[in-house]
Amino acid sequence: MNTLVGTGSLVRLVLRRERIQLPVWILAITGIVAATAASFAQLYPTVQSRVEFAASIANNPSVLALSGPAQGLDTVGGMTEWKYGAVACVLVGLMAVFTTVRHTRADEETGRHELLGAGVVGRHAKLTATLIVVFGAGVVYALLIGLALAGQGLPAAGSFAMGLGIGGSVWFFSAVTAVAVQVSSSSRAANGIGGVVIGAAYLLRAAGDSAASDGPRWLSWLSPIGWSQQMRPFADERWWVPALYVAISVVLLGVAYGLVGRRDIGAGMLPERAGRATASPALLGTLGLAWRLQRGILIGWAVGLAVMGGALGGISKSLNSILDSSPQLAEALQHIGGQQSLVDSFMAAILDIIGLAVSVYAIQAALRLRSEETTMRAEPVLAGSVARIRWAASHLLFALLGTAFLLAVAGTVTGLAVGLSQGDVGAQLPRLLGAAMVQVPAVWVLAGIATALFGLLPKLVSLAWAALVVFLLIELLGPLFQLKQWALDISPFTHLPKLPGGEFTATPLVWLVAITIALTAAGLVGFRRRDVG
Amino acid sequence: MTTAISVSGLRKAFGRTQALDGLDLTVTTGEVHGFLGPNGAGKSTTIRVLLGLLRADGGRAELLGGDPWRDATELHRRLAYVPGDVTLWPTLSGGEVIDLLGRLRGGLDPKRRKDLLERFDLDPTKKGRTYSKGNRQKVALVAALASDVELLILDEPTSGLDPLMEEVFRDCIARERQDGRTVLLSSHVLAEVEALCDRVSIIRSGRTVESGTLAELRHLTRTSITAELGSPLSGVDTMTGVHDYSAQGNKVQFEVDTAELDAVLRKLTEFGVRSLVSQPPTLEQLFLRHYEVEA
Repeated sequence: MNTLVGTGSLVRLVLRRERIQLPVWILAITGIVAATAASFAQLYPTVQSRVEFAASIANNPSVLALSGPAQGLDTVGGMTEWKYGAVACVLVGLMAVFTTVRHTRADEETGRHELLGAGVVGRHAKLTATLIVVFGAGVVYALLIGLALAGQGLPAAGSFAMGLGIGGSVWFFSAVTAVAVQVSSSSRAANGIGGVVIGAAYLLRAAGDSAASDGPRWLSWLSPIGWSQQMRPFADERWWVPALYVAISVVLLGVAYGLVGRRDIGAGMLPERAGRATASPALLGTLGLAWRLQRGILIGWAVGLAVMGGALGGISKSLNSILDSSPQLAEALQHIGGQQSLVDSFMAAILDIIGLAVSVYAIQAALRLRSEETTMRAEPVLAGSVARIRWAASHLLFALLGTAFLLAVAGTVTGLAVGLSQGDVGAQLPRLLGAAMVQVPAVWVLAGIATALFGLLPKLVSLAWAALVVFLLIELLGPLFQLKQWALDISPFTHLPKLPGGEFTATPLVWLVAITIALTAAGLVGFRRRDVG
Repeated sequence: MTTAISVSGLRKAFGRTQALDGLDLTVTTGEVHGFLGPNGAGKSTTIRVLLGLLRADGGRAELLGGDPWRDATELHRRLAYVPGDVTLWPTLSGGEVIDLLGRLRGGLDPKRRKDLLERFDLDPTKKGRTYSKGNRQKVALVAALASDVELLILDEPTSGLDPLMEEVFRDCIARERQDGRTVLLSSHVLAEVEALCDRVSIIRSGRTVESGTLAELRHLTRTSITAELGSPLSGVDTMTGVHDYSAQGNKVQFEVDTAELDAVLRKLTEFGVRSLVSQPPTLEQLFLRHYEVEA
């Protein structure tokens, strides 16, 4: 039997379900790339100004770690690629993972796949249709970004090379996910695998890009995000690099298709183990249930943050010597870090990013309430003698205390890494732990927004993610776009004292906590009054 | 006689869809009450209002003497619920879910739990995502039946069960009734309702169209009669309550409103009855009459 029968109809189905999300992703990321280029053209209009800027970062490992290798920085295009290329690859990677999982493993989980699979639909049709759409999105990215940049008068070759790097990342991460959805037996796990691969790709290139010339620079070549930079857009392009995306994607897809034939619909590759016949006393209650449902994500995040904190903290070692010789760099870093020693401002910038990352966890944990509700799993619990508030609070506890725990882990590991590399753990550990904990109230605001949406506008809970993206863009690109102070003030992260090193003020933290309490209370009251389901 | 559930004039709209449009329902303590209606009639919506999951727009609902919305947590201690479409947490085993749900409503009887697991032939060690629909249903049933409660609210509890398990279910409900528990049973399996229920309520488009004991409801419907007589019949086709009359020689066939049965049979005997087949209305006919949307 032809295993691809029905692919055409399924492509249309995928497109129909993605008709809003996919265009929003594509336009948003393309728009930000175009705006970044326009903004650089305005800020650094002359070659002279750009060369000065390039000189300020060329030898700074921490900046190279965060953004990418210094190449072509005397051009507006090169600056755009340097500033936003890696970030764009991470964002489109997330899009590729979510979209691929949504139409494969998630459909199997909900039984929708079965409904289709029983029709005249080949075994490989669903996966193929999904990949056609996601890979197609990669092509659209490459073209649109190329056109958007070339349209501003940037060199066409560089413009399309940058587009190709971003589009190629879509292909790679989609292909990785195609394998992940075969191996794992839940969409949550498949999304997790995809997220870990993206994080690893970012860290590998961070390590490679910031390495000394005799160091392990080859690490960048292990990362698909690194490839997009090694293609050298706007800096004498290497046109053979995109072949890497194609070759590795083909290999991964071969593996994925091989696995499809070896497993049953709905099952993963690993056999299901038997569980307990009776519940342990620890499970018996709403809090115990919430722990069972939330612990996997919490532990996963803790491990991920520990690795990230350790890796980035370790980089701080080589900072001091280089920074002294680069006044322009000092200025650049102070945009995000504040007025303090440069190591501190680097660490402050890193902790800021960690705070934004932990916000993803906070929203995930809070919105578990909504997913429990829409999958009807909340119903039997609430039909028990369980007050709605108690059930909601059991999950929110993870959104709030889990956030504090994760930031404590990140702060401790970063503090240890910096302390060990500088030889004064006793001083660095409490400083960096404190600096990490300062992020907590800002992250809580996002948990509060998610809770308020859950209680008051349950159909629009995904707006919590939109809020996070807005805050992220304000943090990362606000200074570049020279946003007005009121616009910067929208993000709770703007109000945090710049730690370590900066002056600690408690007032904004108290305000952020007060806002969190108000949002959470509004959400809980709303939830108590509304219909469930 | 006290009432366990008393609902009158209940209204609930979702956007522009009027799901409940003045629904009435009375369930007496200690009875097994069948709750019937075509798909989308509002059975599950009613149940979810009774569970305090949905807030009614209007009308009155009382459950075990309390307000289902306001007193939800106290009332839920005294009832157990089996949803029509059971979804389980993929990583929790069936046994864990049974214990958890039991505990959330205030504990369950370990002996009954063990007994029910055996009778329903359910492996409690399997993870939620590996159960079939029927087995998920069994998990919810065991959790509900093993708890010591006054009221069971069952929303199509046997959908997905095989006939053997349906039999076990009927046994269990019969035993619940003996123990004096009240059961609200929403179901499409008419044989099940006929076998188990003391009284039934039929709803359609969010309104109650019929309510009473099965005997009462039968009374409202027609009995079909096939008879062979000593001489050709006359005068019956014009009697009140006789429908679909057809005669062929000495053989006649017609339907008669059950209320007029006596008068019609008296008339038949005047012509000498040689054979008579009388079919009481099946529940099927009863429901078809109500389920079909009036043209």
